[in-house]
Amino acid sequence: MSKRTDGNGYTIIFAVIMVLIVGSLLAFLASSLKPNIDENKRIEKQQNILYAMGVNENDESSANFVSTSVAGQEFAKYIKKQIVIEGNKISESDEAYLIDVKKQQANAKAGKVRKLPLFIGEKDGKTFYVAPIRGKGLWDAIWGYVAMDENMVVQGAYFDHKGETPGLGANIKQRFFMDDFIGEHLMTQGGEFKGITVKKGNNDPKNDEKTDFEVDAIAGATITGDGVSAMIKSDLALYVPYFKTLKK
Amino acid sequence: MGLLSKKDAALIKDPLFDNNPITIQVLGICSALAITAELKASIVMSISVMFVLGLGNVVISLMRNIIPSKIRIIVQLIVVATLVIIVDLVLKAFAYELSKTLSVFVGLIITNCIIMGRFEAFALGNGPWRSFLDGIGNSVGYGVILIIVGFFRELLGSGTLLGFKVLGDPIEKTGLYAIGYENNGFMLLSPMALIVVGIIIWIQRTKNKSLIEEH
Repeated sequence: MSKRTDGNGYTIIFAVIMVLIVGSLLAFLASSLKPNIDENKRIEKQQNILYAMGVNENDESSANFVSTSVAGQEFAKYIKKQIVIEGNKISESDEAYLIDVKKQQANAKAGKVRKLPLFIGEKDGKTFYVAPIRGKGLWDAIWGYVAMDENMVVQGAYFDHKGETPGLGANIKQRFFMDDFIGEHLMTQGGEFKGITVKKGNNDPKNDEKTDFEVDAIAGATITGDGVSAMIKSDLALYVPYFKTLKK
Repeated sequence: MGLLSKKDAALIKDPLFDNNPITIQVLGICSALAITAELKASIVMSISVMFVLGLGNVVISLMRNIIPSKIRIIVQLIVVATLVIIVDLVLKAFAYELSKTLSVFVGLIITNCIIMGRFEAFALGNGPWRSFLDGIGNSVGYGVILIIVGFFRELLGSGTLLGFKVLGDPIEKTGLYAIGYENNGFMLLSPMALIVVGIIIWIQRTKNKSLIEEH
């Protein structure tokens, strides 16, 4: 190191210039790439919703979305109606899928009315009601979409996470876990909402029993699994009043 | 290698074996323990580190004569963080799927001791080309260990490789499971990664006695 670079003045000037360069470089990059990133996120939401209602390109064991290039068309084709439930008010909106569930959860906490989006899709003559859910895993947020029929029997589920442990909690987005939810009941015959608990040692590892309100947990991912149970219970329960109106 | 002089080639070759960042310098252990439960994660992490370390070494080397020595660690940190954020943004914009796989690792790259270690020990005192080779060499050395550990942990812990069920189906009891084989769930936990790394260190030092320190 030469003497020139040891002075306090030089150090401060260097630091200021470096911060300015790095700061403006990153700010420029972030704002110029933002449209692309937002578009990717929008398409991903459409893919997630379609995945939950069974519009996907799954092969034998892995989960695959419909490709990004056709996601928009498929979404328009299969999703017949998007509704927003606000208290007792139900409105239709083509952009309901863009509602930020995280923000709405915060609104609910602050005492405001939470907007609940619900996507009504049709495939092979069957009607699907897809609802978004969001909660906490071990490290960070987890979220998902659950497709149900009018009796709140799960027809498909998609889960995703921000930063769960690879090989353990991150497996909630694997087929073997998500597929377990298909056919599970959320409500008792009497119409009481039970949710679905991700449970260890429930003596039903193949998940043949569909009315026990339980699916088999992933070993080593207890907290992530508990998070999945919790978000199903808290978020899907909010849709119960709507499903009750369907039966009348 | 005709392209590289003997000294330059050593920069690539040494960190692979006799001066491996994980098994000899014992750097980057944290990420080696955290993310090696799956082979795919190990591979993705290795490639990301290679990119950041290769490029970071060059940037630091180019700046080596103007960096004030008092704040050089901070400057290094800023360079790593900037590179990582750039990678993250570009991936999110143009390779969204890949960026989702990478999500956890982006933060981990910044904290990887190998990166700061190579900046401090090599890039500050050498030219850009040699620094680049050093960066690539060290990240490959890091990657090799990561992939070996990831291979054994995923195979013995989950019975899969890159997600494929190579040993049969544990629930349907096919393949190896038909004769009573069980996955060892302990392999998926971090302590086993440490033990696997320990075994690699042991094998390496048994083969090359000169690596054993005198006490």
